[in-house]
Amino acid sequence: MSATGLGASVKRTEDIRFITGKGRYVDDINRPGQAHAYFLRSQHAHATINAIDFAEAAGSPGVVAIFTGQDIAADKVGGLICGWMIHSKDGSPMKAGAHPALAQGKVRYVGDAVAVVIADSYAKARDAAEKINVDYGVLPAVTDLKKAVGAANIHEAAPDNTCYNWHLGDKAATDAAFAKAAHVTKLDLVNNRLIPNAMEPRAAVGDYDSGTDTMTLYTTSQNPHVARLVLSAFIGLAPEHKLRVVAPDVGGGFGSKIFIYAEETICAWAAKKIDRPVKWTADRSEAFLSDAHGRDHATHAELAMDAQGKVTGVRVHTLANMGSYLSTFASSVPTYLYAPLLSGQYNIPAIYAEVDAIYTTTAPVDAYRGAGRPEATFVIERLMELAARETGRDPAEFRRQNFVTTFPHQTPVIMAYDVGDYAGALDKALIHADYKGVAARKAASAAKGKLRGVGFSAFIEACGIAPSAAVGSLGAGVGLWESAEVRVNPIGTVEILTGSHSHGQGHETTFAQLVSDRLGIPLENVAIVHGDTDKVQMGMGTYGSRSGAVGMSAISKALDKVVAKAKKVAGHVLEASEHDIEFKDGKFTVKGTDKAIDFGSVALQAYIAHKFNGQELEPGLKESAFWDPTNFTFPAGVHICEVEIDPETGIVNVERYTAVDDFGKLINPMIVHGQVHGGIAQGIGQALMEGAQYNSDGQLLTASYMDYCMPRADSVPSFNVDTIETVCPSNPLGIKGCGEAGAIASPPAVINAITDALGHEDIAMPATPAAVWKAAQKRPMKHAAE
Amino acid sequence: MHNFEYAAPASVADAVAALAKPDAKVLAGGQTLLPTMKQRLAAPTQLVDLRKVAGLAGISREGDAVVIGAMTRHADVAASPLVHDAIKGLGALAGLIGDPAVRHRGTLGGSLANNDPAADYPAAVLALGATIVTNKREIVADDYFKGLFETVLGEDEIITKVKFPIPEKSAYEKFRNPASRYAMVGVFVAKSKTGVRVAVTGAGSSGVFRQKEMEAALAANFAADAIKGVKIAAANMISDLHGDADYRAHLVGVVARRAVEASA
Amino acid sequence: MVQVSMTVNGKAVSAHVEPRTLLVQFIREHLRLTGTHVGCDTSQCGACVVHIDGKAVKSCTTLAASCEGAQITTIEGLAHGGKLHPMQQAFQDNHGLQCGYCTPGMIMTAVDMVNRKGHQLDEATIRHELEGNICRCTGYHNIVKSVAQGAREMGGAK
Repeated sequence: MSATGLGASVKRTEDIRFITGKGRYVDDINRPGQAHAYFLRSQHAHATINAIDFAEAAGSPGVVAIFTGQDIAADKVGGLICGWMIHSKDGSPMKAGAHPALAQGKVRYVGDAVAVVIADSYAKARDAAEKINVDYGVLPAVTDLKKAVGAANIHEAAPDNTCYNWHLGDKAATDAAFAKAAHVTKLDLVNNRLIPNAMEPRAAVGDYDSGTDTMTLYTTSQNPHVARLVLSAFIGLAPEHKLRVVAPDVGGGFGSKIFIYAEETICAWAAKKIDRPVKWTADRSEAFLSDAHGRDHATHAELAMDAQGKVTGVRVHTLANMGSYLSTFASSVPTYLYAPLLSGQYNIPAIYAEVDAIYTTTAPVDAYRGAGRPEATFVIERLMELAARETGRDPAEFRRQNFVTTFPHQTPVIMAYDVGDYAGALDKALIHADYKGVAARKAASAAKGKLRGVGFSAFIEACGIAPSAAVGSLGAGVGLWESAEVRVNPIGTVEILTGSHSHGQGHETTFAQLVSDRLGIPLENVAIVHGDTDKVQMGMGTYGSRSGAVGMSAISKALDKVVAKAKKVAGHVLEASEHDIEFKDGKFTVKGTDKAIDFGSVALQAYIAHKFNGQELEPGLKESAFWDPTNFTFPAGVHICEVEIDPETGIVNVERYTAVDDFGKLINPMIVHGQVHGGIAQGIGQALMEGAQYNSDGQLLTASYMDYCMPRADSVPSFNVDTIETVCPSNPLGIKGCGEAGAIASPPAVINAITDALGHEDIAMPATPAAVWKAAQKRPMKHAAE
Repeated sequence: MHNFEYAAPASVADAVAALAKPDAKVLAGGQTLLPTMKQRLAAPTQLVDLRKVAGLAGISREGDAVVIGAMTRHADVAASPLVHDAIKGLGALAGLIGDPAVRHRGTLGGSLANNDPAADYPAAVLALGATIVTNKREIVADDYFKGLFETVLGEDEIITKVKFPIPEKSAYEKFRNPASRYAMVGVFVAKSKTGVRVAVTGAGSSGVFRQKEMEAALAANFAADAIKGVKIAAANMISDLHGDADYRAHLVGVVARRAVEASA
Repeated sequence: MVQVSMTVNGKAVSAHVEPRTLLVQFIREHLRLTGTHVGCDTSQCGACVVHIDGKAVKSCTTLAASCEGAQITTIEGLAHGGKLHPMQQAFQDNHGLQCGYCTPGMIMTAVDMVNRKGHQLDEATIRHELEGNICRCTGYHNIVKSVAQGAREMGGAK
C-alpha cells in the first residue's frame, strides 16, 4: 500500500480551505444587484387562507416584490413532488396531496410558506413581512399520529389522513410461526422524530440571465442534478439545458439536503420574475420549522422463538408520520428502506410488516441519516435484547445463535445478503468492550449508588443504493446508478467529474486516492469536480452511503476505460501490440522488454496524435462511465454501549462505546472512522437528547437549540471504533459504505444499555434525565436472567 | 432585528439621559438582549451601550465585601483569584454561565437587570445577601427580585456595582437544562456568621427564591444530611418539556445537598 | 446609521452601517470575510466565534457598533506568512472536520481555550470548554484530539 493509495489514511486535501476560512458555501455567494427573500410562514398548523393583504408591506422601504401562491399558480409553477410510488395492500396508489411551493388556499403546518417578500436587504424584507395581514380560517390541528385517522382532513385527496397501508412479507407463514412459538416477545416502540440540523442552514441564490434565457440556482444540495431534473421536468421552471444548479461547499446534509424544497424553487423562479438575483438563507429557527424531519414511527413489534432459542418469526405494525406533505423521497423511507431490514443479521424464516403512512399537520418527514434502516434496527435489536432477557439468555450468545452464517442468504423480506462475518464482528467487539469485566464494573457502580448497564446492537443496513431496475420495480421514479467522467489533460493531470456530491465525506481526497492508485500519479495531479450541472454530466448525488460503492465504482469503470485506451496509445508509441502493453505504477511497459513510457507522456501522445492514425484510434484521453449496482451492499457490525445512570438525577453517562463494523474494503480508514464517530453521536443524540415535540395546536415546541437538545462535546465520550473486512462482491472496489452505520446502530445499543441498568423496559427515546429519573423510581421487574 | 438608534455615552449621567427616550434599553454584554431582539421578541427604539462608561467594570475588596462593577464580564469574575479566595461559590458560578464566548461578553449587571428565571447570578446575589448599587440607591437582594424578568429597577436606573458580603463558606451547584445549558436547577448555599442562606434559580415559577426550611436546617447543622428530610413542594416549580414540577422539586433537594457538600 | 472603525486581521477598516448590524454581518457582508459562519440564532452553535481583543466571542451576538476601536481576529487572520496556525494544522492532522462549517468557530474557540488554559489540556477540560460550539459531523471525537495536539504545539511541542 502506498502512502496515498487505497487503504491509506491520507489527510484530507479539502481541509486547507476549510481551516483557513476559505470554504465557499452558498451564503458566501453574492451576485451583483441581488435582492433578498424572506418567507412569511404560517403560524397556524392547519387553516384556510381567506385573504392576504400586503398593500402596506408592498410600500415598506426597500421592497422589490411580494408573491403569494396565486402568483405561482398563475405562472403554472408545478408543485413539489414525491418521487417514489408506493401501492397499498389493496393495490391502490398512495394518496399524495398537492404541495405548492407557496400555499394555495390552505396551510398545513406551522412554517408552511405563505408569501415571499423580496427586498434590498434581508432585514428590510423581514420588516415588510411583519406588515402583511393574512386572514386565516383556523382548522383543527392534527398532531397525534395515533389519532390522525378520523381527525380533521388535511388533504382532500387523502381520506382518513392516510397516504397508504402497505405491507411486506408472508402474513400466513408468519402467523403460523407465532402460533407454534415457545415464547413470544412483544414491544411497543416509538422512534422519535428528529430534526436534522446540518450546521449550515439551507440557502439559495437564484440568478437569471435574460440574454441567454438561462437560470442558475446556487443551492445547498446533496444532489444538484436531481434538483435540476425535478425543477425542470416537474416544477417547470426552465428546460434542463437552460437551468444550471450549483451546489458548492455544503455544510452537512444527513439527508435533509436531498429534497427539493419550496424556498429554493421560489428563489430561482422569482429571480426570473424580477430579473434580479434573489438570495435566501434560512436562519436556524426556519430550519427547525421547515427542513424535512426524520423518523417518527410508532410500532408494535413481536418476535417468536422456539424452545431452543431459535427465532422463528417477526411481526411488525408501524404507523409512520409523513407530516403535512409528501416530501421528495418520503414514501420510500418507512417502506422499502425499512421493512426489508427487519431480518437484521438473523436467519428468520418468517417476517411480516404492515405500515400505515399517516398525514399530520407537522413538517414533512423524509430521509434522515439511515432513513428507515435505523427504525428497522431499533425494532429488531430491541426485540432481540428483550427476548434474550425474558428467556434468560446472554444477549450476545442469543444473537450469535441466530446469526446468518452462510452466504448468499435470501431473507423473507426482499434482501439477498451477499457476504458477512457477523460472529467475527461480535467476537472482536466483546473483547474491545471488555465484556468479561462488566459484572465487576456493575458492582463498582452499585457501590457508588449508580446503575450500570450494557446494551448490544448487531445492525445491518442495505446501502450502495441501488440497482436501478430493482428499485424501479419497487416504485422509484429514478434509477440509482452513478456517473463519472475522467478527463486526462495533455500533461497528465486528471480531472474527475463525479455525480456524487461531497458535503463532509471527503470525496476530494478518497476519490483522488483511487485515481492516484490506478494511474500511478500523485494526488496533487488529480482534481475532483462535483456539484455543478454545467460541468458534470447527469449524476444522482450523495445519500444512502452510496458514494463509495456506487460513485467510486463509476470512477473505477471509467478509469478502466482510460487505461485501456492509454494502452492502445502506448502501443503505438512503443511500437508494440496493445496486448503486450502492461500498466503498473504509472508506467506502460512492453512485456518482456525494457521499453517503457510514463502515464503523462502517453497522455501527451494521445492529444498530439502524431504516432497513430486518428481514423483508427480517436485522439484524446477522456472516458466516462455509468455504474449501475447489481445488488445492495450490506454493511454490518456489532456496537456495544455501556452506560452509568445517576438515579438521583436521571443523568445517563455513556461510559464506553465500542463499534466493530464491516464496511468491506476501506479506502481511507481515517475518514471511515470519522463517519462512524459522527453517526454514533447522532444516534446517542436520538437515544438520549433529541426529539421534536409539537403541542396539540401544532406549534413546534423544540424550535431552537434552547429546547432541541443537540449532542455537545461533553455529552458523548471518545469512541472505540474498529473494523473487520469481508469484501463486497458486487462492486469492483469491494466497498460496502460507512456513512450511516453509526446512526443506525447506536440508538438500540444505548437504550438496551439503559434498560439493562434500570432492570425494566419502560423508557422511550429520548431518555432525557427527567425521563430516566422517573423510570429509575419504578421497581425493577426482575428479568428471568437475574 | 428591528432597527434602533444607538448611543454609547461616556458617563452614567449621559446614559440616563439617553434612556429618557421612549422604549430605550440599556445594552451591557448583550448576550440575552441581542438574541431576543434578533428573534424580534424585543424591539427597543434606542440602545444605550454602557461600554464607554468609566468605572463600571472591576473587582475589588472593600472591608468584608467583594465589590464587582456592573460591566464586569463573567469571565473576569470566574478568573479572579480575589473572588475565588473570598467567595469560592461566586467564582465557580461565574465559570458556569453560558459558555466561554458568552462569558467574555456577558456582564453581572446585565444578568441582574434581566433577571431571567434560569440565570445563575440571581442565586448568588440572593444567597449571599448582596447589595445592588444603582445610580440612584442601594437595594438589598431580598428586595430586588420581582418575579420573572422583573426587578425593582426603574426605567432610568442603571446598576453600577454589586457588593457581595464575604461568607465563611459558599458553593454553587448547577443542573443544566440539557438543551439550553441554562440552569434547570441552580442552588447557591452561603454560610456566614449571621446564618445560612440557600437560593434556588431555574426551578421556581416566580424566579429565584430562598429555601428557608433548608436554611434553618443548615443553620442547625451545616451538612448535606441535614436537609435530606426537607420536602420541596412541586406547586411553585416550573414545568416544561425538559422536566415537570415534580422532577424540578426533587432536583432542588439533590442539587442543594451537592452544593452543601461542595462548600466544605 | 453609525460609523464604525476597527482593526480586522491587522487591517484598519471602517464603514457606515445600520445600528442593528451584527459583528458577523459586518465581517461577512461588508468585509467579505466569509470564513466566519452563522449556524443558529440563539448564540449556541459557535460557528461565528471570532476574537475581540484576543478573546473568543460570538460575533452573531455582538453589535458591530459595540466593537468600535477593537482588534478583531477572524479565521482568515490566523495563519501567518503562508504557514498554518498550529491549531489549524492540528485539525487537518486529526481529521477534526468534515463539512467544515463549524470549523472556523471551533478553531477560534480552541485557540482561546489554549490562551486561557495552557498547553496541556485533558479530554474532560477540552470537552467542557467546547460547550458553546456545536458540530453535527464529527461526533467531537477527532475535534478533541485536534485541540489537544494544537494546544501542545502552540506551546512549542512537536
